[in-house]
Formats: sequence, structure tokens, C-alpha cells
Amino acid sequence: MDSLYETLSPIEIKILPYLSHPLSKIIEKSGLDEVSVMRALKFLENKSVISLEIKKNVKIELGVNGVQYKKTELPERTLLSFLEKKKSIGLSEVQKHIKLSDNELKSAIGALRRKDLILIEKEKIILNAKKEELSKKFPEEIFIEQLPLDKEKLTQEQKYIAEILEKRKDIIEYVEDKEITIKTTEKVAILLKNKDNSNEKLIENVTPEIIRENQRNSRFRKYDLIAPVPKIWGGKKHSVQIEIERAKKIWLELGFSEITGKLIDSSFWIFDALFTAQNHPVREMQDTFYIKQMHASLPKEKIVNDVKKAHEQGVQDSKGWGYSWSPEEAKKVVLRTHTTSLSARALSELKSSDLPIKLFAIGKAFRNETIDWSHGIEFFQTEGIVADENANFPQLLGFLREFYKKMGFNKIRFRPSFFPYTEPSVEIDVFHEGKQKWLELGGAGMFRPEVTFPLLGKSTPVLAWGQGLDRIIMDKYKIQDLRELYANDLKKMRNYPVIA
Amino acid sequence: MAKILIPKESIESLIKLDEKGLDKLALFGTPVENITNSEVELEISANRPDLLSTQGLIRSLSLYLGKNIKKYSIKKSATSRIIVDKSVKSSRPYTRCAIIKDLKLNDTLMKQIVLLQEKLHNSIGKNRKQLAIGIYPLEKIKFPITYTAKAPKEISFQPLGSNKQMNALQIIEKHPSGKEYGHLLSKESKYPIFIDANKSILSMPPIINSEQTGRVTTSTKELFVECSGNNPYLLEKTINIIVTALADMGGTIHETIIEDEKKESSPKLEWEKMKFDPDYLEKITGINLKESEIQKCLEKMGHIYKNKSVLVAPWRTDILHQIDIVEDIMIAHGYDKIIPILPKISTIAQEDELEKFKETLIELLIGQSASQIMTPHLITAEEAKKMKVSHTISVESSKSEFTILRPNLLIPMLRTLAHNTDTEYPQKIFELGKVFTRDDSEECGIREDEFLCFALTPGNVTEAKQLAEYTIRMLNLQSSLKERKEEGFIDGRTATLLVNEQEIGHIGEMHPNTLNDWRLKMPLSIVTININSLFNLIYPK
Repeated sequence: MDSLYETLSPIEIKILPYLSHPLSKIIEKSGLDEVSVMRALKFLENKSVISLEIKKNVKIELGVNGVQYKKTELPERTLLSFLEKKKSIGLSEVQKHIKLSDNELKSAIGALRRKDLILIEKEKIILNAKKEELSKKFPEEIFIEQLPLDKEKLTQEQKYIAEILEKRKDIIEYVEDKEITIKTTEKVAILLKNKDNSNEKLIENVTPEIIRENQRNSRFRKYDLIAPVPKIWGGKKHSVQIEIERAKKIWLELGFSEITGKLIDSSFWIFDALFTAQNHPVREMQDTFYIKQMHASLPKEKIVNDVKKAHEQGVQDSKGWGYSWSPEEAKKVVLRTHTTSLSARALSELKSSDLPIKLFAIGKAFRNETIDWSHGIEFFQTEGIVADENANFPQLLGFLREFYKKMGFNKIRFRPSFFPYTEPSVEIDVFHEGKQKWLELGGAGMFRPEVTFPLLGKSTPVLAWGQGLDRIIMDKYKIQDLRELYANDLKKMRNYPVIA
Repeated sequence: MAKILIPKESIESLIKLDEKGLDKLALFGTPVENITNSEVELEISANRPDLLSTQGLIRSLSLYLGKNIKKYSIKKSATSRIIVDKSVKSSRPYTRCAIIKDLKLNDTLMKQIVLLQEKLHNSIGKNRKQLAIGIYPLEKIKFPITYTAKAPKEISFQPLGSNKQMNALQIIEKHPSGKEYGHLLSKESKYPIFIDANKSILSMPPIINSEQTGRVTTSTKELFVECSGNNPYLLEKTINIIVTALADMGGTIHETIIEDEKKESSPKLEWEKMKFDPDYLEKITGINLKESEIQKCLEKMGHIYKNKSVLVAPWRTDILHQIDIVEDIMIAHGYDKIIPILPKISTIAQEDELEKFKETLIELLIGQSASQIMTPHLITAEEAKKMKVSHTISVESSKSEFTILRPNLLIPMLRTLAHNTDTEYPQKIFELGKVFTRDDSEECGIREDEFLCFALTPGNVTEAKQLAEYTIRMLNLQSSLKERKEEGFIDGRTATLLVNEQEIGHIGEMHPNTLNDWRLKMPLSIVTININSLFNLIYPK
């Protein structure tokens, strides 16, 4: 058996003998519907058994009203016949005598005026036709009788009539008509010979019966594996979730334990405990979401007093910011502007015996922004701290190098930076291979004594670093507009790869 | 983060702007943002207001690159007195002043002075809230000057840029500076002014100078500079930053006498002494530097090292603790020269149990071919109204339409479905996230609960029940249902989800009224589960 024959589906085999006939005959003889025949023809064409030549042409046919008028008469004929007897009639009177809809009457008057067969004077329709004109057929009537016609083959006059009629309701319509010519190749003959010779039926779908009755030499129809199949999709994690889990794994691999906490916190934990002066611009309403009418309670007195002292006059030989610290300002409730509030809280809960300790957090942070392609009001942040009596600055750089290597950035550089709560501070630039330039990716540093002393009761060195995740995710998934990341466009989400 | 423009030739006289030069500038902490034909744009971090002028930057950069700079001296003058009246104590109680002579100004320098003043106002001045600066042509002023406060109606002068005399209230209401900064005086019954021996008002800080005495031109050779506010330490530092920049323009610095509770000379250009312990440096940096190296590093940053203490450059505002000296030494030493090391600390990583549990739930739902969505924690007022949410918790002054903390995940779920009506159905989606309710027993008055919301469309309550039961069963628990009424859902097709008699969630079929409100055309079933409650059932505390 020819291997080409084994690839034929039942519908292809069915139409095989009738390929020399026109389409309508194939449908008739094969007993298949038009859609199936067309599919079978396409399959055969894909296998180079035949070639199809499809010629499209537009035909003009009668519309719903056209069919009706052909049977009876056009509205303008009705009106003209009436006027032949009456000679003239008031515009408002007409419909009492003849059965025309508003629309039909309007077109009838329009048509007869164009032909100069009537006049309208003082709200009256007056007959203006000569006797011989009354009996003569309108070109429209002739045209309707001639239908259907090929649009391409219309004469100049027919074209003109068609243009007039297509403006009227449902008298004519354009129908696209396909004319298919089948050109067969020598393969058809070979396949037909195969068909005649094969008394063995090729197996289509494998069913339990077929398995039960299976014989060693069963023959299966070969399916076309190249042909496209409908797409499917499945349940998936959000891209941001995938990246959060990836980042989390990095922290765990580095031996860091997870801390979590509230999205809403007091200014005390978000700013004051992190030595951010109460008049620092980051605390202004235009940058930060304060919660209306809410006031937090402050933690135990010792911490509050030490934080107050750190701000006002300094602790551990620091000079402090030299202003009067207000507990009311610290009680303001905020949608956290960074996850560092979690680190501050965690430090305040540590005992000496917990050290050395390595902690990380991943979570949302908020910013009062005007939303556009590069600014959102929420973003994911991740950060880690190492609290250890022996921690120092080169170790911070060591952790950063490992962390960013695991994030996929092999080339990084460190340069000085500033944050109110770290000193020394460092900015991490990573080299973006695609863009061939340095990108600012994260900040880091060692918590200042004004931060660690009130929280820990001593100035244990604490290494800290953090960064936003959204930009890395956007870069990875080639998303240009930040809004797309949280737009939850299912069409797009169904197609995002899970590995970017 | 502020940005400043420095004339290209000023920078190029010190450093070549090639790759190495750009690296060097980044390692100094002032990375280059942009280079044009004539100017270089640098980023200045918030702790270094002294770098906000061409003169200040060039001075510090010269030192960093190992060059010497000129010494500053102050000429004595007992006659330039500024008397501080008690009436200013309630508003902006302090001032520090200085006189500069022998200036030869041109348009470029004029522009630089104005820019420095503006940048200092915005940074260390906290938009004039913390301090404000006034600069005047000395020739128009007669000493002694009085810094006093008067009722707004009694203050009348011609503000800079205006053509007529106005009283203080008119200035606040009509003058552009008054409109912008008037709020800083809104709580005061008396407004502060500087007034000279001729009784002419020099200025009304922090709003505006007078046109008569406050307009500096290129022909001005001598300046009176004043700085007023509430923090005398920062005022002193700010005056230092201004006078050193003006001295770098070619001026000479002259003393003024501030007569407050006691008499003080200003500016002082004081080299503040700070204790410095080389062992501390080694503890923090892990680097052992010889004293001579420490000395060299400190000089590069403008400081002086003297027997275990540091004399801090008078223009520096950011040295609060010796940790700040440590950073300066590291910058001078070079961040690029520090070799990163990894300590051998053995710590054992621990994931948060609730976070792990959430991942388990995500896996379960994905196994049901559902896809995860993530939506913002804020909703709009219109959405809250649509779902008849009472007791909303709002944020102050949101710049977007998102103003209310989400009370449930149903609202963002309906919004998401409404955005996706042209996507092929069925749609099966879920979200895990926090929802917010008022609760006075919480530290901030707000409770945060982790919730799960699952939506199936087209979907009915039977399918919702199947999913809820499956989820609970897979967690080795048993669930039951109890019929209830719920806003937005069909009665008789809505139920509470219970585990061990405890309410942990809700299932239901959405009412067509609600679907129409959200322009949804497909039947919708919902499952919500309180993850915290479920977690506490599985892992009792």
C-alpha cells in the first residue's frame, strides 16, 4: 500500500473518485456536506494530490423586498398606476388609497420625480407623464427581471441602476460567490488504485474495541501531524508570583529566614525607627498614603524613648537630627512605603542569643503616585538583613555579589549612595547585557547606630539590602508598560511563558 | 535625589570625561546623568547639600582628586549687627548671617547664586519649612538690622517682582511666592521680618525679599546674606555652604554679629571636632588602615585628622556620628578597592509557614486549571458604592482614583472579569491577597486577613461547591454548608462554608443584577475562603 494513501482521512477517501467533477457534484455524489468536502479538498491540496484554484466573484441577487416586488410590482409602479386614474392627490392622502409604507412612498415619489413623471406642488402629487410613458417598463423593472448578474459583467447602464437600487431597502444584495476549479495530479490515479485494491480498512480512532481486537499487523491511518491544531491553555501562576517564588528560593539557598508582616503600619515603624526625620520629604502626603482618621498605638516605652532620643539628641555619640520629635507624627498610619519596616520590627524582637541571624522579606510597598507606564502605586520589594557582631562592610558586598549572581547578574559594581538609615550606604549597579549599560538596581548598607541601638539595645552591625522586583520582572517578560504587569489581561496571561 | 548642571570646562579642568573619569565620579558618589555640549549633569544625594553649587562640587572633587584648595578666612567687623527680637521665638526663632565683599558678578555667576539658593531651599530647607535664605545688595542696607515679628497688617513693603506696596496679607494672597509658601505662616499671628536701621523691610521670610533692598544685579559687589529657621545648627551649616561658594567665586567673607540671648559671631566656619576611633573603622570595614592612610583619606574628603579625632569640614551637614566618617574614609579609599568576602556564619533558613500554606493552595487551584491574578489593594469609590460597601477605610489625598482599602477580593475579581469580557470563555481565575477591616483591637486600628477568591464563569453554585469541597478535602478536612443571604448573590444559591462548625468562607452564584452592574454577560460562581482561619484550623497555635 502506498504510504500516501495511509495518510488519507475517511472524507478524503470518500471524495477521491469524484475529483474530476465540479464541487456541487462532489457534494451530491459523496453524500458529504459542503464544509466536509471543502476540508477534504484542502487536506488533499496540502498533500499535493490536487491543486485548487479559487475564483471569487460578486453576484447581484434579489433582496427580501426585491423578491416581493418582482412577484407584484415596484412601489413607484403602484403609485403611477394610481395617478393614471386620479391625476393628482394630496401628499397626506396617498396612503389612504394605496398600501405603501412611509419608506416605500418616499422612494416611489423620489423615483418618479427623478424620471420627471410627477410634480409636487402645494403638498400635492400631480401626474406629469405622457400616455406612452405610462405603459413603458422602468429600467429598474427590467434590471430586477435580469437578476442574478455578475457584478464584474454589468453594462454601464446596469451599473447605474444597481447604484440607485442598492440605496433602497433590501431590493438587491451582493453575494460573494466562490468558483472552485480542481486540478488533479497523477497521484489521484495511484490513490484510486490503492483504494480499489485495499479491502483492509485503516484504523482511525483507537477505541477499547480496537485494543481488544488488536492484531499484530493492524494498520493505522497516518495522521497529518504538521497541520495546525486548536490552542489549549491551562491554569497558571501569575508571572509576579513565579518571580517572587524564585527570589524567595534565592534567599533560602543563602540561608535566610522569612519574615512577614502588615501592609499597614505606624509611621513609627516605617520612618521613625529607621531614623527618618519627621520633616523628611518622604513623609509628605504627596508621596505617601496615610490612612484617614487612624492613629496607631506605639510600642513599649523604652523603644519609643530611645527612638525619640536618637532623633532629638542622638544616641551612642551621635548628634541626632536636633529637632523636637513628636509622638503624634509617629502614630500616623501608613500603607508601608518599604518592607524595611518588617526588618525594624524583627530587630526589635531579637534576643542576644538569636544572633547571628539572617532574615529576608518579600512584599508589597506603596507610593502615592500618578499612575502611568512607568509609575504604579504598588510594587514588590525584597530585602534582607544580617545581624552579627562580626558583620562588616566587605561582607555586605560579599552577600550582595552572591545575591545578584543568583538573580542572574554576573557583572555588578558598587558605588556610594545615601539612605537615612544606613551608613556606609551603597548603590548596586548591574550590567545589562541586552542594553549594554549599567542599571541602578538596588540599595544597601549597614544600619546606622541610631537605628540599631534603640531596636537592639546595642549597636550590633546589621547589613541590609533591598530592591524592587517589578522592574526585573518587566525586563524579563519584555513588558514595556508597568500597568500591564497587574492588568490581569487573561488573553496575554494565557500566553506568557513560565520561563522567560 | 537632586541633579545639578556644572559647566563642562569646570569639570574637565579636573578630570577627563572618558569611561575611567565617569567611573571615578560615580565612585565619588556623584554619578553623571547626562553630558551636553556645554554642561555635565550630576546626581547629588540628599545628604550632601554642600555639593549643590558648581563651586561646592568643584571644591570637594578637587580635594578627592588630591588637589589643594584655598583656605577661607573671615574679616572681623563689630558694626554689622543683627538684633534678634523675642517676638520671632514662636515662629522661626533663629538666624545666621554673613557679609561678602569684593565680588565681580556676571550673568553666569548670578544664575549660579540663584540656583544654589533654590536648591538649598528645596533640600536642606525642606521647601523653606526648615530654613529660608535671603541675599541682598549690601549698599541698600543700614545696620543694625532687626529680626522681629509683627502682625501681618502692620507689615507693608513692595515685594520683589511687584510694582506696588502691599501688606503681608495681600502678599500671601496675591504674590506668586506668597501663594506658594504662605501656608508656612498660616498658624502664626505674627510674621517674621528683617528690618534695617532705616526702618525699611528687607524681607518677610520664608516668603519674599523686598524690591527695594532685595534685588541683586551684576553690578552688585557686596552682599548681605541671611538664613532664618528653627534649627541653629543647620542654619550655621547653610551659611557656611553659601559663603564658601561665594568665596570660591572670588568674594571675601566678613563677619556679622548676631545679638540673640547672647552675642555670637557669624559665620563661624567652624571645624567641628569629632571623636574618631581607628579600631571602630576596622570593625566596620574589616580593613586595617595605617594612621597616615586614614589621614590622607580624610583630607581627600575635606576633613582634618588630629590625634584620634577628626575636624569636620565646615560645609558638611551630614556628619552626625563617626560612622559617617567611616563612610567618607571608604569613599576616599574607593568602594572598588574593597574585596567582597562571604562570612562563614551557619544559619538555617526557615520559610514562613503561612506563606508555604498559600503556595499549597495555589498549587491546588492550578491543578483545577485556574489561573492566578494579582490586583491592587486599593479600590475606587465608585466600586465601593456599586457593591454597597459601608465603613470604608480611605487613604488621604490619593493622586489616582484608587482611594479605598479593599474590603474583599470580590470587587477586584469583578473588575478583572469585566476587563476580560472579550477573552474566550470559560474563565477560571483566582486571587490570594489581603483584605482590610476596621478593628480597634489592632495596633493600627485595621485588621488584615489573607483571603482566597475563586471565580468560574460560566459557572453555577454546584461547581462552586465542588471546588470548595475539593479544596477542603485535599487539606484533610471536611466542610459543610449553611444557607445564607449575601449582597450581590442569588438567594438560595449562597451559603457559608464551614469547617469544624467554624465559618471559613462562602460560596455563591452571582445575581444577574450585579452581573449587569459590572457589564458581565456570563453566569458566575464564586468561592471565598479566609486563609488565616483555615490555616489556624490546620496548625492550631
